[in-house]
Amino acid sequence: MDLSQADSTRLRRRYRAEKRFKAYCIAALAMSVLFLVVFFADMISQGYPAFVQAEVRAEVTFSEQTMEIPPLSVPEAFRPLVSRGELRLLPEYARNNPTVMGTTETRWLLAKADIDQYLKGKDVNLPEDVRRTVDRLYEQGQLELNFNTYFFANGDSKLPELSGIFAALMGSVAVLALTLAFSFPIGVMTAIYLEEFARDNRFTQAIEVNINNLAAVPSILFGLLGLAVFINFFGVPRSSVLAGGLTLGLMTLPIIIISTRAALRAVPDPIRLGAFAMGCSRWQVVRDHVLPVSLPGILTGTIIGLAQAMGETAPLLIIGMIAYIPEAPSGIADAATVLPAQIYTWAGMPDRAYVERTAAGILLLLAVLISMNAIAVYLRKRFERRW
Amino acid sequence: MNAGETIFVFVAGLLPLGYVAYVLGKRRALEARAGGAPIHSQPGQYGWFSVVSMALPALAVALVAAFADLLGLYQTPKPMILVASLLVAAAGLAVGLRAVRPDLRARNALDRLIRWILLLAALVSILTTLGIIVSILFEAVRFFQLVSFWDFVTGTDWAPDTAFISGAGREGEAAPQPLFGSVPLFAGTFMVTAIAMAVSLPIGLLSAIYMSEYASHGVRGMAKPTLEVLAGIPTVVYGFFAAITVSPFIVDVANSVGLDASYNNILAPGIVMGIMIIPFISSLSDDVINSIPQDLREGAYALGTTKSETIKHVLLPAALPGVISAFLLGVSRALGETMIVVMAAGLRPNLTLNPLEDMTTVTVRIVDALTGDQAFDSAETLAAFALGLVLFVVTLTLNLISTIMVRKFRAKYD
Repeated sequence: MDLSQADSTRLRRRYRAEKRFKAYCIAALAMSVLFLVVFFADMISQGYPAFVQAEVRAEVTFSEQTMEIPPLSVPEAFRPLVSRGELRLLPEYARNNPTVMGTTETRWLLAKADIDQYLKGKDVNLPEDVRRTVDRLYEQGQLELNFNTYFFANGDSKLPELSGIFAALMGSVAVLALTLAFSFPIGVMTAIYLEEFARDNRFTQAIEVNINNLAAVPSILFGLLGLAVFINFFGVPRSSVLAGGLTLGLMTLPIIIISTRAALRAVPDPIRLGAFAMGCSRWQVVRDHVLPVSLPGILTGTIIGLAQAMGETAPLLIIGMIAYIPEAPSGIADAATVLPAQIYTWAGMPDRAYVERTAAGILLLLAVLISMNAIAVYLRKRFERRW
Repeated sequence: MNAGETIFVFVAGLLPLGYVAYVLGKRRALEARAGGAPIHSQPGQYGWFSVVSMALPALAVALVAAFADLLGLYQTPKPMILVASLLVAAAGLAVGLRAVRPDLRARNALDRLIRWILLLAALVSILTTLGIIVSILFEAVRFFQLVSFWDFVTGTDWAPDTAFISGAGREGEAAPQPLFGSVPLFAGTFMVTAIAMAVSLPIGLLSAIYMSEYASHGVRGMAKPTLEVLAGIPTVVYGFFAAITVSPFIVDVANSVGLDASYNNILAPGIVMGIMIIPFISSLSDDVINSIPQDLREGAYALGTTKSETIKHVLLPAALPGVISAFLLGVSRALGETMIVVMAAGLRPNLTLNPLEDMTTVTVRIVDALTGDQAFDSAETLAAFALGLVLFVVTLTLNLISTIMVRKFRAKYD
């Protein structure tokens, strides 16, 4: 009797411990999920205001005088509101369209970042009379928050209201194209060598160990490599697309090799043996039989590797891709900036108006990365073959 | 004529030659077959054989000349290289075409060639490792010629800002000596790593246990990709989040309980880095726990243990090498992580144990030294390479130990 009672209290204790442990496990998982929710909510709430931008409707006068002194082209009351950058563009517009000379037209002009931030309810330092003007114009519909085309069409700028992500996006595309052109062929060839051609000897094992280690080397060290080898030794221009593409290419190489090897290994041996039996040479077996069936797996791994390269910043800082670069690159020796580098530059800007642009840039980067990964998952699901 | 134009002319010359070689080689093989002799390989393969015998010597000449030029050994005018390599191409073509006979084993020759090309590709990754080692070592040695190794390892003051004065050739002017004592940098790196691991090890390990032992198939299918998302977020984004959201939050919390916290406190990057590392720990631990044989679990259940007792007393001890290896991999990630600390941690070298103060890390200082406007051979830039060398050696060691431990674990149960 005593014995079983002692037993049952101990059993209850053990069951409580069991429940507790399970609760810890669930809590751990829930914390990761909670973080993700907080993180995305924070980024979206900080970033979405940047997708609209304040614009002022003002009468613009084009005359000889306003060609010389652009601020004179808008009525005096509007001068503290309109962006300097926008005003500077007016004479050029008039030169390109001579018919507007001597006329006055009503146009929507980009407002200053301070006005924009004030309308979005941010804490800004504006004189009282300007606040009143802004409030009045906003009620009259002379001042509006419109879709922010500048953000998607412009490059970086020293004026927050004019700065955009376009140059960085083009830079990312150019750098990634080079990364792909460099790391895809070499990575796939290495994987084919290791899986299909190499004998299992010391040398092959050394290559394997080396590749696994390379995948775990801190990315900043690839930046040091790029700086010392590509820029200082081979004389590749600093900040250029070529330097960035090569550095990221070396970084992506191990990822592509590892995933390609996995894809090649998944092809069952009877396919190879059958081809050999028909008299194919080793290369013919690989080219005509192994590669075609493993291609979806190889592409999936490549896209995931590229997505990783797309978000990488540290090595690019070292090779100088954070300089002020407002133009999209037009050749591989041109200076370029990339999305994450642009985010880093904006994050370091003292002007508060850059914060929402940084967050918006992050949203864009995350959207690109999520779509790349979604494509990879789709490829895997759609073409995956179970043997 | 610049490098791009030279390459363009070279390729433009080689491509039509290659086409001619292919057509001629194939035709010779076809003629031989029409003449009644059985040929060893496919006609196209004889075509490719002639292309290779034309292009290979030409490429070799061009590459040797380019490297001699780059290393400054010997300067050859570029048009001369072009003419020479194209002449060699033509000669190679003539020799190759003469070799095309019915008994030539063109297919085997091509296979051998492809094997060599693939081997060359595989060597690129070895060259990358060598490149990292040589480039870092070379500059680090130059640094240790300026600063004694002992001072670097044991000094507690990092104040390199005056290095530019001697770098600008203004030696002997009244300026404090630059100090390169790396202890505070390693202290900061160690602190941020410790915080990150304190966050990621329990969360990652418990998540892995839940997914492999408790979760239903459906929950597992949802939880695993969710954790992978954490690994896919770029570090620059984590850095922004740490600096803009987490740091002010920590300062507010600290103030509300009467503590003083810096806006560049090391706690915020530490926590965010920990969250970033969770998926590395959880996916590796999950793999390891899953590959423990089912017999062990069933044996434990047969003795009447509950699930958590089985996990704590049977599975975790069995999985320990794998979990340690995941831990080491996580540490190596945290040590080398750059963007989060660059954006959220401070620049001030500070030797403290208080995580609410600002500290700086090795990677922050590397970035700071190399993105400034210092001359490349100033002591501060060279110091970045010395720090990089330490980082490389430490992470490499951790990775190797981790690999060996996983391999031992697999050997035990596979």
